[in-house]
Amino acid sequence: MTATTQKNNADVAVSPNAVVGHPRRSFKRWARETGWRHIIGVIMSIFAAFPLLYVFSASLNPGGTLVTANSLFSSFNFGSYVDLFNRPQQPYAAWFGNTLLIGGISSLGTVFLGALAAYAFSRMRFIGRRVGLLTLLLVQMFPQLLAVVAIFLLLSGISEIFPAIGLNSQIGLIMVYLGGALGVNTYLMYGFFNTVPSSIDEAAKIDGAGHARIFFTIILRLVAPILAVVGLLSFVGTTSEFVIASIVLIDPDKQTLAVGLYQFVSQEFSRNWSIFAAGAVLAAIPVMTLFLFLQKYIVGGLTAGSVK
Amino acid sequence: MTTTPETDPGPIRQSARAKRATRIADAAAGGWKIVAVKILGLGVVDAIAIYALFVLVRSESWLVAGLVVAVTLLVNWIYFSRGKLPAKYLTPGLIFLAIFQIFVLLYSGYIAFTNYGTGHNSTKADAVNSLLLSSQNRVADSPNYRLTVLEQLGELSFLVTEPDGSVSIGGEERPLKDVNNAQLEGGVAVGLDGYTTLGFQDILGRQSAIAGISVPLTDDPNDGMLRTPDGSSAFLYTSSLDYDEAAGTMRDKNSGITYSDIGTGAFTADNGQELLPGWKIEVGLDNFVRAFTEESIRGPLISVTVWTFAFAFLSVFTTFALGLFLAIVFNDKRMKSRKYYRIIMILPYAFPGFLSALVWAGMMNQEFGFINTVLLGGAEVPWLTNEWLAKGSVLFVNLWLGFPYMFLVTTGALQAIPEELTEAATVDGAKPWAIFRFVKLPLLLVSVAPLLISSFAFNFNNFNLIYMLTNGGPRDVSAGVNVGATDILISMVYKVAFVGANRDYGLASAFAIIIFILVAGIAIISFRRTKSLEELN
Repeated sequence: MTATTQKNNADVAVSPNAVVGHPRRSFKRWARETGWRHIIGVIMSIFAAFPLLYVFSASLNPGGTLVTANSLFSSFNFGSYVDLFNRPQQPYAAWFGNTLLIGGISSLGTVFLGALAAYAFSRMRFIGRRVGLLTLLLVQMFPQLLAVVAIFLLLSGISEIFPAIGLNSQIGLIMVYLGGALGVNTYLMYGFFNTVPSSIDEAAKIDGAGHARIFFTIILRLVAPILAVVGLLSFVGTTSEFVIASIVLIDPDKQTLAVGLYQFVSQEFSRNWSIFAAGAVLAAIPVMTLFLFLQKYIVGGLTAGSVK
Repeated sequence: MTTTPETDPGPIRQSARAKRATRIADAAAGGWKIVAVKILGLGVVDAIAIYALFVLVRSESWLVAGLVVAVTLLVNWIYFSRGKLPAKYLTPGLIFLAIFQIFVLLYSGYIAFTNYGTGHNSTKADAVNSLLLSSQNRVADSPNYRLTVLEQLGELSFLVTEPDGSVSIGGEERPLKDVNNAQLEGGVAVGLDGYTTLGFQDILGRQSAIAGISVPLTDDPNDGMLRTPDGSSAFLYTSSLDYDEAAGTMRDKNSGITYSDIGTGAFTADNGQELLPGWKIEVGLDNFVRAFTEESIRGPLISVTVWTFAFAFLSVFTTFALGLFLAIVFNDKRMKSRKYYRIIMILPYAFPGFLSALVWAGMMNQEFGFINTVLLGGAEVPWLTNEWLAKGSVLFVNLWLGFPYMFLVTTGALQAIPEELTEAATVDGAKPWAIFRFVKLPLLLVSVAPLLISSFAFNFNNFNLIYMLTNGGPRDVSAGVNVGATDILISMVYKVAFVGANRDYGLASAFAIIIFILVAGIAIISFRRTKSLEELN
């Protein structure tokens, strides 16, 4: 160490050379320290983004098939997006609306039911509280998916008596989704509710607020971030849910994007590829926008939820 | 503070008063809005319940009606009585949870012990009825019954004037009953008090519903049914099958073969030929016995189970490995524009999963797909149709779908590890690899282990990816059930229950119960493991 310093001090005269050599040495150092990271970054970015570019390019080629989709960005025409809405057999607009509606209502309901339960578990002490929490933790392990046969038979039984909420009814589907509300989300919310100090509730109680007012006007505002995360995750989850939606919703007019687009692709796989691609791009936009805007919260919520 | 003797009883008196005061304050502070919402909500619930009750009583579903009454009373009691706060907050969610998560899981357990499926989906009485109906033929010399179609509360009835002039009324599953107060017009009954007579236009509009009605002539279904082709005259139809209720047998009048109920859920002839539809019966452990002993089912079941575990484990492993590698690569403060890479790499996670699988299925298409035609210059690699390549493709696409999540999570976990630990290790002379292997990785694993387990559980039931990408295929032709090389347990359940002409709900539920048991096992082990990992820390 000392030797090098002395050496550097010794050839002060060569210092101009050193300055000239600086960029080259620094490039080597840059390559060693961060340059290779950029190479990996570029490779991974291509890997990550390519399929999305591919589907976007395919959607800009009206009348395109799987074959024509292979020449990327050969044309730039939004015709497929128009065709998409003019197919009576595949009512894309209805699918889109249904998906937003079912996803929106189920996620609102999920947030509400989950918040009510989390408030009770976090703020109240009652018989069966511990057992209840453990049961929820256990129920969480068994997705509704497993009971898909029973859900189908239950709904077909219901539709014999109440056709409005049985098979082929969106209300029925939303009710099924709400059945999963507590199992999946209460634990996540419970953890967050616990971080809100209960002295706030007590202060409000002393000021004369009832439990309902405390819950709706104080607590719900303080836990807004977790409500957003749960609402979003459940929205994303319901919009891409296929299994239950595919057995409950029968009429094309009532189906969701996941069911409709799957059937669209399986019926005419390679022929109408560009229309499918347009549909996929439009379907992805709401979810992706939400995701990219709120990614910080989502990631935080995911980690918090599982680590609890 | 004041130590006068009078304050001694004070606390008791005050607490009683304080209690009352809190109660009053609580009631008053609720605000009229909350009370209004509560009353409105309960009103809606009660109105729906009363409507439901009305319909249920009409269709004579007494058990369900009883449950509706019990639940409605319970809900009203909870919300109108004082206190019971936890119940007030928990009830709405619990009702949904009880019906659509817990009940359905138990119900699957029950279905697994039945022969529920195509040809066996209702009661024996229904099966007898539909057999008699489906084998109906018009009696060659049937008299012409003059007919008027009536409606009452949305239900259609036939007002029949028999050839001898007597008038009777009946409907679907309601045998003809004599009436004597019908309005007559030229010897033909055209109306009845309490019923609406359908006009010509109404009949045209509901033609198919009216043509589908068969009205039993008497209580004995063997006497035949009245059906109408046009809504104005009816003819007698009899079945070519003859049901002997006492013996419980069906006899084919044409061939003379007798089919009897031998306990298999369908009328069976001596030579083993079955009359379908049959009915649902409990078959005990038959479905499980079939799953484990019938070679054409056991083979696929075992290979699907092994693949499910392999798929879930490898998915977690590959995504975590790539995610961790990228997290380390990009966790360097000297590197510029990390943010942009991060946003691009998060895209696959934000893109809806089912769409990704469909898009990849297009790109991996053997003849026209992008990968074969462009990247490999026209090679016809069977990415999705060869057994092993398909398995590899599924894992590859899942890597694309899953690495961003692992990248985000491990980045967060890495940044949460205190810098001092690295410094301390460096001072102690540890090499970078040793620091990573012995300091960072153990700490990282502790914090991400629960996420890895939940990711395993997710992939264990990752239906969308498998079904959308390969449809479970390539199909295993030797299997007795509809499964393929990339099917996982949940997609097998779906295909056995809902895909194809032959649906077997019983067997599918038995598979679901097997998954249930496997998942429960994983859950128990994982809870133990995470505890032990936490204790390590």
